[in-house]
Amino acid sequence: MSGTTSPMPSAFKPSRLGERILACFTWAMIIYTMLPIGVMVVFSFNYAPEGRIALNWLHFTFANYRDAFGIQDLTSALIHSLEVAVGSAVISSIIGTPLALALARYRYWGKSATDLVIFADIAAPAVVVGASLLSLFLALNLPRGLLTIFIAHVAFNLAFAVVVIRARVSGLDRALDRAAADLGATPWVAFWTVTFPLILPGIIGACMLCFLLSIDDLIITSFVAGQTLTFPLWVYGAVKVGMPPQVFVLSTFIFMGGIALALVNVALTHRRQVAA
Amino acid sequence: MRQLRGKLAPYLLSLPSWVYLVVFFIIPLASMLGMALAVGNPLTGYTISDNFQEFVTGFTTYEDAFVRSFWYGTASTVITLAISYPVAYWIAFYGGRHKSTYLFLIMLPFFVSFVIRVLAWEFILSDQGFLFGPLKAIGLLPQSFHLLSTQWAVIGGLVYNSFAYYVLPLYVVLEKIDRRLVRAANDLYASPATAFMKIILPLSAPGVFAGFLLVFVTNVGDFVNAALLGGPGTYMIGNIIQDSFFENQDYPMAAALSSILMLMLMIAILLYSKAFGTEAIQEYAA
Repeated sequence: MSGTTSPMPSAFKPSRLGERILACFTWAMIIYTMLPIGVMVVFSFNYAPEGRIALNWLHFTFANYRDAFGIQDLTSALIHSLEVAVGSAVISSIIGTPLALALARYRYWGKSATDLVIFADIAAPAVVVGASLLSLFLALNLPRGLLTIFIAHVAFNLAFAVVVIRARVSGLDRALDRAAADLGATPWVAFWTVTFPLILPGIIGACMLCFLLSIDDLIITSFVAGQTLTFPLWVYGAVKVGMPPQVFVLSTFIFMGGIALALVNVALTHRRQVAA
Repeated sequence: MRQLRGKLAPYLLSLPSWVYLVVFFIIPLASMLGMALAVGNPLTGYTISDNFQEFVTGFTTYEDAFVRSFWYGTASTVITLAISYPVAYWIAFYGGRHKSTYLFLIMLPFFVSFVIRVLAWEFILSDQGFLFGPLKAIGLLPQSFHLLSTQWAVIGGLVYNSFAYYVLPLYVVLEKIDRRLVRAANDLYASPATAFMKIILPLSAPGVFAGFLLVFVTNVGDFVNAALLGGPGTYMIGNIIQDSFFENQDYPMAAALSSILMLMLMIAILLYSKAFGTEAIQEYAA
């Protein structure tokens, strides 16, 4: 292959071999990524003697699924998790959207300090966030429970919501709401008829991210939960006494539900783009 | 009137978030520092003093755990970088039409609870599990072989849980690199290695640093991997803080330890944001 006949020396062709190796490595890492997920799904169908997950494959059974909600504490822990995840995702987006608008569209006193706090909230280690919230709740003598879990989840979700929605607002053409203003719309009307529909995908994206972060959280929740258990806390507490198969079954449900949500979101975005 | 409203608008829009972040993010940090300075016990109540003794005792008593946390954090972040970069690179440069599919596959663990992922690894790596059990049975591994409750199991767990978090920022910066620059380097007879070192690596540096900071901070503060995959010899500072709060109910000590951790990481974060700005992190989170 001589340089003169090659129409376009391809972007970066160290060698076909190099690319092959990279491709194999990537696939190996994808398999590595999926290994624990596969184990979770496969072993949720494994026979569980004495209601505990066996370390080795015994035989296939649907029994665990038939009894998926058989452990009442675990089921109610899952319900707590879902309540907090939905609630904190919605509240974080409601509080975060106005700040995202302000940060994306105005220059004002306190903006860079706000940026720094948002950044610190995202970067702060979970142990510190959890310990500090617990210190506050102890100082206020506020009993730990669902409310304090909810407060904590909004506290860490808010920063993520602001960042995601802000990215969407920044991508908007300001001419659109100026046009609305020129046509006599008040800022309030312009927001609801022009801006809001356009940033809605960002708000939905923020809600989904917050939902996932919330339902996943163990570290911060472990500090502020008191006697109330969420799904991750229940599992963490059960490690020492042995794990019932329902844990893998319910996690498989969560996994499937999450994937379904994500695919619906992708499909909707795609359709909107095609329509536009 | 209209002008005044225009001036006030950003403040009114920011107000709800400001209040929330001050009350439930900044004040708690302050109250944690206060708790660290408090003397007393749960029965008689606490009074805040100017007693910094707890900081000194905390640090000297648990110096091992601090050192271990920073070592696990550093090792796991470096290993994660080493395995994420090639993956992000291949997806960005050779992923073709299927880029988003590959990224989706990498992000699948996000849909499984963090504690379940760690639990699944405990399961996979257990001494008589389905992986090591057969290998021991046929004599490929000595009977005494074990990975659980060693530091490598903990570091491995941290690496697994940070992998996707590191691939994403790397992919974002690599994707943005103008391919013509690489072609130009080729035309000027740069070897692939030179082109990589002089063009791709410097241009991807923001992603490397942003990912490093976030993964490092997360991993230093983690206690779940150490609790599930490690043993008594792998206690990290997060485990100690947990125990101080809930086992020993020594709140001032717990608060002092997390304050020390926070101050150490805060220094790292501030140095980072001075050097690279906060843009890359925010972009990454989006």
